[in-house]
Amino acid sequence: MNFFVLGVNHKTAPVEVRERFAISESRLPEALGKLTAMPGIEEGMIVSTCNRVEIFARSQNGQCDLQKFVRDYFGFKPGEYEPYIFEHKELEAVKHVFRVASSLDSMVVGESQILGQVKEAYATARALGTVNSQLDQLLTRAFAVAKKVRSETTIATSSVSIASVAVELAEKIFGSLTGKSVYLVGAGKMCELAARHLIAHGAKKIYVGNRTYDRAVALAEKFDGEAIPFERLYDTAPWADIIISSTGAPHAIFRKEHGEKFLQARKNRPMFFIDIAVPRDIDPGLNDLDGIFVYNIDDLQQVVSSHIGDRRKEAVRAELMVDEEVHKFEQRLMTADVVPTIVSLQQHLENLRQAELDRVRGRLGTLSPEQEMAVESLTRGIINKIMHTPITTLKSAARDPESTTVVDVVRKLFNLRAEAPPEPESLPAVAAPVQASAENTAPVPPLVTNQSRK
Amino acid sequence: MPLLWLRVATVLYGVGLVHAILMLRQRGERSGRIAAPAVCLGMVFHFVSLVEVAVLYGYAELLTIRHAESALALLIALIFTALYVRYKTASPAAFIFPLIFILTFASAIAQNPLAFPSPTFRSGWIVFHVATLLFGYAMLFLSFVSSLLYLVLSRQLKRKQTASWAVRLPALQEIDELGYRALLLGFPFMTVGLLAGAVVAQERYGATYFSDPKVLLSLLMWGIYLVLLYTRWSAGWRGRKAAYLASFAFIVAVCAWGANYLSKLHRFIAP
Repeated sequence: MNFFVLGVNHKTAPVEVRERFAISESRLPEALGKLTAMPGIEEGMIVSTCNRVEIFARSQNGQCDLQKFVRDYFGFKPGEYEPYIFEHKELEAVKHVFRVASSLDSMVVGESQILGQVKEAYATARALGTVNSQLDQLLTRAFAVAKKVRSETTIATSSVSIASVAVELAEKIFGSLTGKSVYLVGAGKMCELAARHLIAHGAKKIYVGNRTYDRAVALAEKFDGEAIPFERLYDTAPWADIIISSTGAPHAIFRKEHGEKFLQARKNRPMFFIDIAVPRDIDPGLNDLDGIFVYNIDDLQQVVSSHIGDRRKEAVRAELMVDEEVHKFEQRLMTADVVPTIVSLQQHLENLRQAELDRVRGRLGTLSPEQEMAVESLTRGIINKIMHTPITTLKSAARDPESTTVVDVVRKLFNLRAEAPPEPESLPAVAAPVQASAENTAPVPPLVTNQSRK
Repeated sequence: MPLLWLRVATVLYGVGLVHAILMLRQRGERSGRIAAPAVCLGMVFHFVSLVEVAVLYGYAELLTIRHAESALALLIALIFTALYVRYKTASPAAFIFPLIFILTFASAIAQNPLAFPSPTFRSGWIVFHVATLLFGYAMLFLSFVSSLLYLVLSRQLKRKQTASWAVRLPALQEIDELGYRALLLGFPFMTVGLLAGAVVAQERYGATYFSDPKVLLSLLMWGIYLVLLYTRWSAGWRGRKAAYLASFAFIVAVCAWGANYLSKLHRFIAP
C-alpha cells in the first residue's frame, strides 16, 4: 500500500495560500521529476487546480517525506505553510483520492470539472512515467469509482448556480433553446453571465437595452447582438422569448399591463422573465398571466439551494459507496501482495513435475495417447491437491496484518527464491476505467487462478 | 377466447393504472418496473384479441360499439407508447390510463354484443366512417391530455415547484406543439369520418338521421374541434383557456360516444 497524499485545498487554505502552491501546467513535468527523485518515492503525481494543489505519491518502504518536497520546491520556511496543509496516508490517502475524483471533496459537491482535471494530471504523470504501477491502479480505480458515483447517484444531475438554473428553467419552458432570443435589460455583470450560459445552450439572438445607450452597444457587441434604445423597450420586448432584467430602477419596469400587450403581440407564445435586480424590475403580478413565467433572484436562489440540498443527500450515499470501494481496493492490493509467492510456488511445483516426468519417461516406453493423458492428469492432480491448502492459506492470510510471516514460511518450506516475478507489475493492470467499472460488482478478483490453469 | 385475452389485457392495464396513480403521489418508482412490461404485454393480448375477433367473426364485427371501444383503447395505448419512446416520459399516464382501462373494461364485461351488424353494415363506407372517426377521437383525446399536461406543468413552473413529478415532463413548448399537431392531424379525419357517415345515413335513412342524438352530439364535437383549432391558430390560445375548451370537447366526445347506447341509427335498428 504505502500511499501518501499531501496538499492544500479550499477547505484548508485561503486562496492567497493556494496560489503560492499552484504549479502551472508548463512547470508540472519538472515538479514531477523532482518529486520522484526524492528518496523513497516510487511514484507521484500532482493535481493543481484553482481549488487544490495535491501531491499523490507512493513509496516502496513506507518512508516518504512529502513535506520536504514542499519546502524544497516552493522554498517555504518551516512554520510558514504547515497550518494550511493536510496529509493522508495509506487507506486515508486512498479514500481521499477516491473522494476527490468523485467530486465529493469539491467546493460545489458533484461538479464535474474536477474529474477532468485529475484525469489530465494523471495523463501527464503517466506520460512522464512517474505513475506506473500501484498509483496507476489507484487512479484508474478512482476514475471507475467516480463514474460509478456519477451514474448511480444523482449527485451531478442538478444545476447549482443561478445562471445554470436559469438555463434549466428556460429549457423546461422552451425545450431546446436553439434559435431562441434573449433580451438583456440593463447591462450588468449578472445579465452578461446568464446570457453567456443561454448562448452556450443554443440561444441565438441577443438584444440589449440599457439607459446608457453606449453601454448597451458595448455589451451587444460582445455577443454579436443588437443594442436597442431604452425608449423602445416596450415595443421590442415581445421579440424576445427570454428577458433578463437587472437595472437599478427603483420601481418595476415591467408591469401586468405590459405583459398583456406582450402576449397579444406574441400570439400567446410563452415568455420567461428573469429578474435579477434588487429592487425588483418585474412586477410579480406578471406571473399570474397565462404564458408568462417570472423568476426573481430569490426564486432562482431557492432552486439552487434545493438542488444543493438534494446533492447533499446524495453525497451521503456516495460517501458510503466510496467507503465500500476503499475496502475493496484494500483487499485487492493485499491479495496482490501474496500473488508473487503463489505464482512462484506454482511454477516451482510445475517445474518439479516436468522434471520427474522427463526422468521416468524413458522407463515407461512409448505410451498411447490415452496413457499419456492419464499420466498428465495424475501428476497434475497430485500437484493441485498439494497446492490447494497453501494457496488458500496464503490468500486468506493476505487479509491479516501478519501475512508476511505466512509468506515467509511458505517461501522457506518450498525453498522459493526471492527474486521471482517482480511485485506489482505482474498484476493484470486495470487498463481503462470502463473495464474497471465492470469489475465493480465482483468481489476481489481471483488474480491467480487464471495463471495457475496454464 | 378473444374475450379471455381482452380480460387479461384489462387486468394488465389495471397494473398500469395503479402505477399511474402511484406516480401522481410520487411513489411509483418501484411499481414502474412491473407496470411497463405489464402494459406492453397487455397490448399484445389486446391485439391478439382484436385479431381473433376479426378472424372468427369477420372484420365487420370490429365495427360494433363494443369492439370499437376496445380498438380505440389499443390505439390510445399505442399513442402513449409512441410518446413514451419519443419523450421518455410516462407522465401522461395519469390521464391516459384511466381512459384505456375504462374502455377495455367496458368492452370486456359487455355480455352480449349490443348490435349485430346487419348486412347493410358491411358497406365500405361504414368501415371508413368508423376507422377515421376512431383515429379522430384518439387525436382529440391526445390534444386534451396535452392541454391538461400543459396546465399542470405551467402551474408547477409558476409556483416554482421544480422538484415535483411534472418536472420530468417534456418542455412546455413541446407539450404545446404535440397537442396542436394532434388537433391538426385529427381534424381532417374527424371531418371526413363524419361526412362518410352522413353520406351513408342520407342514402339509407334519408333526412331523418339528422335528429339522432349521436349525430347531433358529433356535430357539436366537430364544431368545438373547429373552434379549438381556430383559437389556437389565430390567437394562439394555450394554457387555461385552451384547456377549458379541450375539456369541453372531450366531454362532448364522451357523450357522443356514449350516445351509441341511445342512438337507434348506430345500433342499426333504425327503420
